[in-house]
Amino acid sequence: MKQKKSKIVLSYIFLSIMLVVIIFPVYYAFTMSTFNSKEAYSFPPRFLPSTHMWENYKTAWTTVNMGRLIFNSSFISVAVAFAKITLSILAAFAFTYFGEFRGKFFFFTIILITHMLPLPIRIVPTYDLMRSFGWVNTYYALTIPFFASATGTLLFRQLFLTVPPSLSDAARIDGAGPIRFLFNVLVPLSKTNIGALFLIEFTYMWNVYLWPMIITNSNNMRVVQIGIKMLLASEAQAADWNTIMAGTIIAMLPPLLVLLLFQKTIMEGFSLKEEK
Amino acid sequence: MQRRFPNKILPYILVLPSIVVVIIFLIIPTIQSLYMSFFRVSPFGDRLFFVKLYNFTKLFKSADYIHSLLITLIFAAAVVVLGLTIGLLISVVLNQRLKGLNYYRTLFIWTYAISPAVAGTIWALMFDPSSGPIVYIINSLFGVKLNWMMNGNLALVIVIIAASWKMLGYNIIFFLAGLQTIPEELLEAASIDGASSARKFFKITLPLLSPTTFFLLIMNMLYAFFQVFGLIDIMTKGGPGNATEVLVYKLYRDGFINLDTGFASAQSVVLFVFVAILTALQFKYAERRVFYG
Repeated sequence: MKQKKSKIVLSYIFLSIMLVVIIFPVYYAFTMSTFNSKEAYSFPPRFLPSTHMWENYKTAWTTVNMGRLIFNSSFISVAVAFAKITLSILAAFAFTYFGEFRGKFFFFTIILITHMLPLPIRIVPTYDLMRSFGWVNTYYALTIPFFASATGTLLFRQLFLTVPPSLSDAARIDGAGPIRFLFNVLVPLSKTNIGALFLIEFTYMWNVYLWPMIITNSNNMRVVQIGIKMLLASEAQAADWNTIMAGTIIAMLPPLLVLLLFQKTIMEGFSLKEEK
Repeated sequence: MQRRFPNKILPYILVLPSIVVVIIFLIIPTIQSLYMSFFRVSPFGDRLFFVKLYNFTKLFKSADYIHSLLITLIFAAAVVVLGLTIGLLISVVLNQRLKGLNYYRTLFIWTYAISPAVAGTIWALMFDPSSGPIVYIINSLFGVKLNWMMNGNLALVIVIIAASWKMLGYNIIFFLAGLQTIPEELLEAASIDGASSARKFFKITLPLLSPTTFFLLIMNMLYAFFQVFGLIDIMTKGGPGNATEVLVYKLYRDGFINLDTGFASAQSVVLFVFVAILTALQFKYAERRVFYG
């Protein structure tokens, strides 16, 4: 019994140390975003927030046209998440509810292949393709190439396979067509998975860096991640860490908010129970 | 009973959007990459010369490329080892019955949502040679002044730290999910038999967790190979010298800065071989679980 108590104390100590390691960099980044330029370069460094937060966030916001960048990032993230969820639900529905149709295995394999072809291995031709479509600096280029999702298709297929066949039987007897069955029965049943997938895809798109960097060059079409790079570049001589960190904090907040919002969903989606 | 709607055309309409996207934006460009790797583009970009395996021999004769390959392997191995051991350690401790556990869990997984670029910026600040807090702490403890703008090995260590830190939340999510599947009775029975915590961990937890570990191993490798571009671009731009020029960064530089399309395509093909091996391993050895991300 005694040993158990000491073990619990040790656990708390260990977790607390790890928490500091994990949280400190972001805490310090936030602190930095509240310094004026003199405090930013004070040596030894200061570890408590100061009072210049507002002006730094304002500077960061105006230097790189942050409002527009946030709009672009939000738009492409929501659009891609929405499209991926829709396309993969449709495909998964086809694979589970229509028996064997000609080419089924072939189509399934083609969608699964998405995993084997990350952007870097096809980046030069994809860029050329975008140019030939006249899609450089457009939302089309920032979104459409990301629309297919093997993850989503597999996820929904697995889920649909666990739905009792009696449900679709009942629907058929009631004279409901497949589309109505999909929207009235399967989609509501998939709420948790849709939530988890939304979080995953939103975060993924919000954090994409290489592709927007290559495919956009007008300031109106840049995204938040590239905004950080622009902030770093605009402060070229000596990095103005306070402004840069203000921009960085802005850039990291939206996915964190979505994570918090979907926290319960994600725990269920990843089958993490609340209590063990 | 069967789950089947008698409709001959609908399934094709349903898979069509996904198939069109995959073929146009994934498969055709990949085939083009492969095709282009056998050509050189004229200086004005208007003519192609078939050069057989020239780009590949050039690749493997290039000291820079071999260096980049080596750096990437070191980087990936370090990110995998660091991220998995620390992630597993935290998850095992988190998986006990502790008060306030749910808060703790949330506090541990949020780095999942941070982008490589953001992680890179924040860690560049932490190690900023003139004012970074870690540089300051190490200097006052050991009297050593870290400057990774000058020291390639140090730069590599720092990008490894930043990349592993960013991946911790992801690893913890999946380790926790894996730990949930281990039946508690098994561990309790072992306790009754007088097994120590360490013994239970190595004899029961670790083996039962191996599918999760394997899955995370692959995902972390893919991450280290393909998703760290933003982190490297923000922190070091591949430098100093080319100390942190991992394969994706080199590919970007040769393809989009030096405009050597054939050479870049050959690099794409090599990267494809890596993904193919990793995916094949995933399908062969891991349970067929859904890939997230």
